[in-house]
Amino acid sequence: MSTAPLLRCTGITKRFGGLVAVDDASLDVEAGSITGLIGPNGAGKTTFFTVIAGFAEPTAGSVSFKGRDITALPAHRRAELGVARTFQIVQPFAGLTVRENIAVGAYLRHPGRDAALDRAEDIARRLGLGPMLDQSAGDLTVAGRKRLEMARALATEPSLLLLDEVLAGLNPSEIRDMIPVVRAIRDSGVTILIVEHVMQAVMQLCDTVAVLAQGRMIAKGRPAEVASDPKVIEAYLGHGAAKRMQAQQGDSHA
Amino acid sequence: MKGGLFTSGYGPILIVVAILAVLPFGFSANTTLNFLGFVLIVTLAAQGWNLLAGYGGQFSFGHAAFFGMGAYGIALAQVRFGLNPWLALPLAIALGALTGTILGYLSFRARLRGSYFALVTLAFAEVFRILANASTFTGGAAGVLIPLRIEAANFQFADKRSFYWLALAFVAFALLLTQAIARSRFGAYLVAVRENEDAARALGVDALAVKLKAITLSGGITAAAGSLYAQKFLYIDANLAFGPWISVEALLAPIIGGIGTVFGPLAGAVLLLGLGEITKTFFTWLLGGAVPGIDLVVFGVLLILCVAFAPRGVLGLLWRILPAFRGGRA
Repeated sequence: MSTAPLLRCTGITKRFGGLVAVDDASLDVEAGSITGLIGPNGAGKTTFFTVIAGFAEPTAGSVSFKGRDITALPAHRRAELGVARTFQIVQPFAGLTVRENIAVGAYLRHPGRDAALDRAEDIARRLGLGPMLDQSAGDLTVAGRKRLEMARALATEPSLLLLDEVLAGLNPSEIRDMIPVVRAIRDSGVTILIVEHVMQAVMQLCDTVAVLAQGRMIAKGRPAEVASDPKVIEAYLGHGAAKRMQAQQGDSHA
Repeated sequence: MKGGLFTSGYGPILIVVAILAVLPFGFSANTTLNFLGFVLIVTLAAQGWNLLAGYGGQFSFGHAAFFGMGAYGIALAQVRFGLNPWLALPLAIALGALTGTILGYLSFRARLRGSYFALVTLAFAEVFRILANASTFTGGAAGVLIPLRIEAANFQFADKRSFYWLALAFVAFALLLTQAIARSRFGAYLVAVRENEDAARALGVDALAVKLKAITLSGGITAAAGSLYAQKFLYIDANLAFGPWISVEALLAPIIGGIGTVFGPLAGAVLLLGLGEITKTFFTWLLGGAVPGIDLVVFGVLLILCVAFAPRGVLGLLWRILPAFRGGRA
């Protein structure tokens, strides 16, 4: 593709004191795609994510969105431009109803109360939160809260949606329910970058997967390619694991 | 606009204000009118606090800073600069609002939240109190006496009811303003910041701007209460204008009435000062002399009862136990 990607992260480095959480990581997210960001625990995924969303400033590197450098913009300005995020640890406005929660997001594009509330209702229905509109957000189940996180972010009408482990903590049937929801969001024209631990979901959903390990981007490609990449297997299972696995496979074939 | 006068919440405000407006025809005694006027002043100060703390979650322990700016602003403009008090009033309100902006900018920029913010506001109020007590410009410890010249054009009324209605007009305006804010985008953002600032920022809310707007409005409203106080008693000193008593009453009234609700400050002020007055009268009758501070004991007991049994205040409690109250919400 000759056009610039929707999101381009170049050489992102983030240090916390002596710890290098993200080390010179670059990532492009093409418009219309679902891009996955995976990696073992502590790889720096969430830090990388926080930098993209504008909640942390990178030590070095730049983030550009729709060809515009947004590295210095605060989170709320990024949301105005069309970057929305969810939180790994869900952050509902617990004292408000589901409708009011989503309306806070909807107000970004619809300053009028009636319009914002109507919009919130539409989005809630789309994400299967219709029956819970007047329930307090604090009373939702974990799955409900994850949906609420997505609904609120979608209400800001983003062109890029950053999903931070929206499937974590869900049981298998809830995950099965959620996958089509994420896909439907993409089909409605929203580009998605998803950080996820649930591999089965990553394989099913993503067009492209990038792998972060110890702060470095070690692989990128189609899900199947990445899954069989020796570097990726080693990052997850330890040094030499890829060789051992190949050897075992060799043995069993012999 | 969807919904009628009642579903939008403005109807009840008009009814309550109308009832309060006809009260002076029932009580003609000056002491009652004086008391009601004072209740309205505390209500107004508390409405300012409620906007910032009840809706915005930024708990101030120093609203005396704004109250005092309003009181000293209107008093000194007359005494030092010979300004007409009607002209001085908007200036005093603006001074309170500006104090709010500055105080907010300093503390919110430094990301002060919760008890840190509360302590900083308390410190500001105390510094203002000490300065006002020391400076000759503010009349030092002797305070400021506004010369008596009873004319409506001079913001001094022969008829106590006139002052009462004026104060009521301010309270009514603050009630309507609060309701309008609660139903606006700004109100939704303010509550979102209270509930979870990070989540709000992620949704495009400029948390700093929202908080600054809230503290500016809050400072202006509470300063208006201070101005009314000065014009009612025609005398202020540092302890009256910047003293902790008003910081405490401005926060107790909404907490007891119903924090973050439109009517909370009014209900709380009526209950708080009403019970305080009854207790004082009762003990004076019982012991044959006044017991200083006995009303503060009542305030303390009320606060403890509210925290333990009615975290959403008296209005929240009524809402819970009287199903009839919920009629309007279908």
